[in-house]
Order: sequence, then structure tokens, then C-alpha cells
Amino acid sequence: MRLYGKYILILFKSQMQYRTSFWLLSIGQFLVPFSIFAGLYFLFERFGQIKGWAFHEVALCFAIIHMAFAISECFARGFDSFSSLVGNGDFDRVLVRPRSTVLQVLGSKFEFTRVGRLLQSVIVLCWAISRLSLEWTLLKAVTLVFMVASGVFIFTGIFMLAATMCFWTIQGLEIANIFTDGGREMAQYPLGIYQKWVMRFFTFIIPFGCVNYLPLLYLLDKTSGNDLPYMLAPAAGILFILPCLLVWRIGVRHYRSTGS
Amino acid sequence: MIKIDGLSKSYQVAMRSSGVRQAVKALFKREYKVVDALDDISFTIEPGEIVGYIGPNGAGKSTTIKVMSGILVPDSGSCTIMGYTPWKDRVEYVKHIGVVFGQRSQLWWDVPVIDSFDLLRDIYKVPEQEYRSTLSLLTETLELQDIIQMPVRQLSLGQRMRCEIAASLLHSPSVLFLDEPTIGLDAVSKIAVRKFIRTINEEKGVTIILTTHDMNDIEALAKRIILIGKGKKLYDGSVSAIRDQFGTRKTITAVYSHQAEPFQVPGTVMEAWSPERAVLSVDTEQVVISEVLIRLSAQVELLDVAIDTLPIEDMIVQLYKEHQI
Amino acid sequence: MKAYMSVFKLRLSNGLQYRTAALAGMATQFFWGFVIIMVFEAFYSGATVQPPISLTQLITYVWLQQAFLAFVMLWFRDNELFQLITTGNIAYELCRPSGIYGLWYAKLLGQRLASALLRSLPIVTVAFILPQPYRMPLPSDPFAFLLFIAALILGLLLIVSLSMLMYISVFVTLSPAGSLLMFGVIGEFLAGMVIPVPLMPSWLQSIVYVLPFRWTADFPFRVYSGHIPKEEALAGIAIQIIWFLVLVGLGRLAMAKALRRVVVNGG
Repeated sequence: MRLYGKYILILFKSQMQYRTSFWLLSIGQFLVPFSIFAGLYFLFERFGQIKGWAFHEVALCFAIIHMAFAISECFARGFDSFSSLVGNGDFDRVLVRPRSTVLQVLGSKFEFTRVGRLLQSVIVLCWAISRLSLEWTLLKAVTLVFMVASGVFIFTGIFMLAATMCFWTIQGLEIANIFTDGGREMAQYPLGIYQKWVMRFFTFIIPFGCVNYLPLLYLLDKTSGNDLPYMLAPAAGILFILPCLLVWRIGVRHYRSTGS
Repeated sequence: MIKIDGLSKSYQVAMRSSGVRQAVKALFKREYKVVDALDDISFTIEPGEIVGYIGPNGAGKSTTIKVMSGILVPDSGSCTIMGYTPWKDRVEYVKHIGVVFGQRSQLWWDVPVIDSFDLLRDIYKVPEQEYRSTLSLLTETLELQDIIQMPVRQLSLGQRMRCEIAASLLHSPSVLFLDEPTIGLDAVSKIAVRKFIRTINEEKGVTIILTTHDMNDIEALAKRIILIGKGKKLYDGSVSAIRDQFGTRKTITAVYSHQAEPFQVPGTVMEAWSPERAVLSVDTEQVVISEVLIRLSAQVELLDVAIDTLPIEDMIVQLYKEHQI
Repeated sequence: MKAYMSVFKLRLSNGLQYRTAALAGMATQFFWGFVIIMVFEAFYSGATVQPPISLTQLITYVWLQQAFLAFVMLWFRDNELFQLITTGNIAYELCRPSGIYGLWYAKLLGQRLASALLRSLPIVTVAFILPQPYRMPLPSDPFAFLLFIAALILGLLLIVSLSMLMYISVFVTLSPAGSLLMFGVIGEFLAGMVIPVPLMPSWLQSIVYVLPFRWTADFPFRVYSGHIPKEEALAGIAIQIIWFLVLVGLGRLAMAKALRRVVVNGG
């Protein structure tokens, strides 16, 4: 939406005022996933494979999840740091404007420095794709994009849930980190390497499996039977945000009936 | 235009007492106290009025403002503003109101003021032509030409306040809620802001609801005061009525040739005294001014006399006392 | 010395207040621990060559890492110190009669200790009673345990002196989070936080052994599990002490220089 674009522009101008800080932080944001990737690389150097998955396959999985995380970190930063918005009483100002609360919160913060992480995952993605000896079709490319988009929706949804908690309490928000940071750390490996119950939880309750694992099987030609459900699995990720929006609405209603 | 009837709102406030044992208890069971922020508030405001909404801290002022601006949903009662119910028709309603919170900024901190204005134009979907004319009017009357290109963080408080008020008027609202608009401003800025508020009220007919602790704001702007205390509406009338009620007290400042000894003027209270100057307070219901002057000149050789009414601050304090708040 | 103690105590009691946050943090850490262990499990299950560190020892490593995270993570943001530097309120600090290095050191130490005290005991306790194979084993023998404690405390002192260097560098360059983040990420990697040192390729290991970082995490944790034998542990503790003296010395030098510059420039 055009208005969102304008929000981003003003935030960009805002952050550009602090140029050195921006560059330094971006580099730092690049290094964080990079060091994790380095760890991954060394582990594979030593072990060769993990539960039947080769290095470049895992690298692909890694890249997709980190890309989704980086993008959602950029966009949904407003929800991530929502606790300060509510604490300052600035949410009142959001309610006084004739636009949806979600749009305004999304527009309140855009963290450009996370681009560093995004860049890193893009590099890994390109590298992994180049090393994998696969047949790339249009459908696969679309599935790839679909996967990333789906991941973005899941992470954003979790950020939104964490932010909604702020309507009730400021403390204890770290729990959400289990699912964002923790979810990312976990999903960067193909879910197949974990125990059965882990796989099940993260396929049906917080559908990382649908984002990463199932379509990944399709991309790497490891599927058996009909391809279609594997391709369409990311839709579950995108749908995940719907209950999150609902919970958000409930949170706003609660805020408006109890004051701040 | 604004019609409030039987508005009530209670909060549950968590009780917390000091001490470690209490803190541990609090981990398991929270005790709550019910606070009546608003108790059956009713009033009507006609378009074009400037109303001062006053009361001690915690009286329920900000709660009322929040209900009227659509932020808060009351427990009971009705509120109709320009035909809308604020909390129900929030998105539609909010297009017609402007809010200025004195202590919080609605402008983006690091970018030039004009960028914030442009973004607000887009948020409120103001047509370009209308925006241009409103903007030039506001820039001119608030004298923003020099500061409109500067980032907000570089502005002084007075400059920022002028920009905040301009920002709240960009979409030409019909109702303006001002919450402590002159707080922290220097004298010159205060006068400028007041003048501006009067102007937009007179020329554009904007209805203004003013919450403030600065009684000079009230005196300069509002013809009507609504006093709220402990959630109840205690007074709803004109400022001049208050003046009539409490305005019978006058202070007389007398300058005279050197008088070494302090003196007494029957019927007055000596508030301050020096060999050259004295301040007396008189209740004109008890003694007539002319009589006081006669008695005074009998005591000293008067060089200069000034007669003032009790400042409005003190009148309001009297009003609070009367209502036991 | 008394001033340092009271700063330390204040920080400690301050940090202990954040109970709910600590609880939530602990839940996060358990989750992380599980994920990391599961990943290693998966790797180990297909290992053709016996890795240089056993899975049980690795599990010990992971749980200790989580329990004593406050002791080993380099990237520990102290907002107050940060603000002090960037806003220039440093002037207040300069007016204090005690040495600034000591004051800041005490502050950082207190903070980390408070954070660890809240979390370490519950995490370790639970880690002891988890079902196999996730369970953390008891220390290999009591003497090793004592060595572990000594190594851990020295590691803490080391890491605070490392952070001091980081903060002093911010002081000098007046540039905030960016450089800290980079230093923190690299330092943590070299301490064995991302991949345990024994699992690194040998060329990397030789680099890591030269640097001070591994003495904060890698060393104490492996003493506990017995992966580092006792004689080596004793020698290691001696090296820890040497590093500590070196880093503190460097820190004080750098601080003095930086202060001189600040005073000359007028802040």
C-alpha cells in the first residue's frame, strides 16, 4: 500500500541520519548468521552429512529460513519493539489516527540494518543452488518464493502475538523469542533430523514444517507420490497469520476497555 | 455537537504494598481496588465553543478525553460527537478530530517537520489543494517558515509546540482536543499559542476542549469551565460566573512615603509589608473599596495605589476547596 | 575498594529483581539447549569416524553453556554504560574519586553475576534430572569439579576484562552498537559458543588456542566433563590468570589514554 511505502520512506530518512551507525550495525547483522553458517560448515566438514542430508541441501534450508527471518525482522520490527510503544503511551496516538492499527504499527519501525542478515542468506542461497545438482523448473522457483513468503508470515505472526501480549503485561515477553529465534535455529536444519514429536509440533501448531521441510523435499526431488501437497504446504504458513490478527484485535479491544 | 450523558468508567488498580513478604504474596494472588475514574458525567458542548476542562490530577480528565477521542470504551453512558460514537466509529470519527498531547510528540523525530506534515497528509487523505492552502495558512499564522525544514529534535520546546499544533490541524478537524498545550513554554510562546488558538476558533469555528493546569490559559481562552473532581462533574459554567463568585476579594498594593512602623487597616488583611510598600487583601462584601482607601490614607502618605482582583489561580483553588477536592 | 564493592552489590540486587524475565529467559534457554543437542545427536548418529569429543561430554558442554550464559556471552549489553558513553555523561564518572576502570568492572561483574545466579541453578538442576540421553552427567570426580569452579570464576573475570576492552573501544571511537556487535560475534565464535572447539578443524583450533576467548567458555566446561584432564587443567588455570593480568593491564592503559584524550578535548 502506498501509505506504507511513505512510512518506510520517512523511517529511512530518519535512520540515514546516523550513517556510520547504520553501516556498522548492518555489518554486524551480516556477521551473526555468518558465524552460524561457519559453524555449520565446519560441522559438515567433520561429519559429512546429517541423517542423510548433504551439506548443500541443508544450506538451502538454512538460507530460506534466514531469509524469511531477515525480511520479517525488517518489516515487523514495530511489533517486535511494541512494548516500548505501549509503555510510552504512544499507542493512544495510533488510535487517534484514521487508519488500521496493524498498518500503523508496521509503519512505526522498519529496521534497515537487518539487510545485513538478508544479504548473507541471499549469498548462501545462491551458493547452495549453484552447488546442488538439481533440475530447476519454474514451479520449483515459484515454490521457493512461496516458501520464503510463508516464513515471513509465520515470523511476523509470532511477532504480532508477542506484541499482543504487551496489552496484558510488559514482562515475560522473552517467551516469544523461543519461537522466533528458537524456531529459526531449529528450522534452519531440515526438520527430518529431529525426533518425530518435534516434527509434528512444528508442522501443525507453528507450521515451520510447512514452510521449510515439506516443500524442501519437493525442491530436492525427495518426495514420494503426489508433488502437489508439498508445493502447496507453504500456504499453511501464510494462513497462520490469520489467527494472529484475530488475537491482535482482541488485544486492542482489551486495551480500549481497560485504559493504559 | 458534543453530547455526553451518564458516562461512567471504573478501573481495577492492582494493590501493592511494600516489603518482601507482600511482594511474595503478590506473586500468587493479586489484590485489586476499584477506582471510579468517571461517575455519571454529562454535559453538552455546542460547536465553536472553547471549553476549559479542569480538575486536580487523577480527577478523570484524561479518561474523559480518551473516551471522547475514541481511545477508551466507557463502562456505561453515551457520547455522541458530530453524530458519531467515538469508540464505535473510530476510523471514520477520528478523521474529524485533532489531538495535541502536550508532553508527547506526534512528529517523527529525526526528519524535517515538513516531512512529518506530508506523511500526515497521506494518513488523513487530505486533497493536495486543500493541504497546500491549510499548510500555508498555518505556516504563516504560527510563523513556521524558518523551522519547517528543520528536524524536530533540533527545535526548542516552543517551536516544537507550534509545529505540533499545526500538525493537528492539517486535516482541518472540527474538534480539537488540547492536553496541556502550553506546558513548559516560555512566556512569549505561551502568548503566541493562545493567540493562535483564539484565531482558529474565531475564524474557523473549531470547537476546542482544553485541558490544562495553567489557569492563565483558561483566562485567556475559555469562556466556559467544566470542573471535574474524583470522577464527578462539580461545576459547569462560565469563567465570569466564577469571577463574580470569588471575585469579591481584591488585593490593594499601596506605595507610600517611608513609614518605619507597620500599620493596620481595619477590615483588611496585611499580606505583605515593607517601609515603602504594602499589599492588603480585602473582601469587598465586607468593606467597600472607597472606605478602605480612606482608612489607608489616614495611616500613610499614599504615593501610588493598585487594585487587583484575586488571580484566577486562587479562585480555582477556592473552587476546589469548596468542592473538597 | 569499598566503593567498588557497593557498586557491585547494587548491580547485583538490581539484576535479581527481574524474576519474570529470568523465568522466560530460562524457558528460552532450555529450548535452545534441546535444539542444539538434538542437532548434535543427529550428526553423531551418522558419524563414521569417532569424533574427538563424546556425545555425553558435548551434552555437558551445551547445558553448562546455557546455565552459565551470563558468564560466557561476550555480547552482553549494558545500556547504562552505553548511554554514559554516547551521551557524554561520562563527565559525572570522571568526577568520582574512585578509578573508573574499577567502577565499570565492578558494575559489569555484578550484572553478569546477578543474571547467572537467577538462571544457573534451576537450569543445572533440571539438566541433572532430564531423561537420557539429554541428561547432564555429574562431574567426573570431585577434584575436577573444584578445578571447574576455579576455571569458571577465572573465566568470568576474563570475560569481564574482555568486555571492558570493548567498552573502552566504544569510548574511544564514540561509535555505538555496531563495533560491539561485530566484536561480540567474532569473540563468541572463537570461544566455542557456536561450534565446540574440539569439533573445529585443526587449523581453526590452533588460532583459537592462541586467543584468550576460549578460556572463558571452552576451557571450564571441558574441565567439568573431564575432557580436559586434571594436569592440563591446572596448567590452564595458570594461563587464565596470566591472560587476566594482561587484559586488565591493557584495559587500564587504554582507559587512561582515552580519558586523557577526553579531558584534553573537553569531552
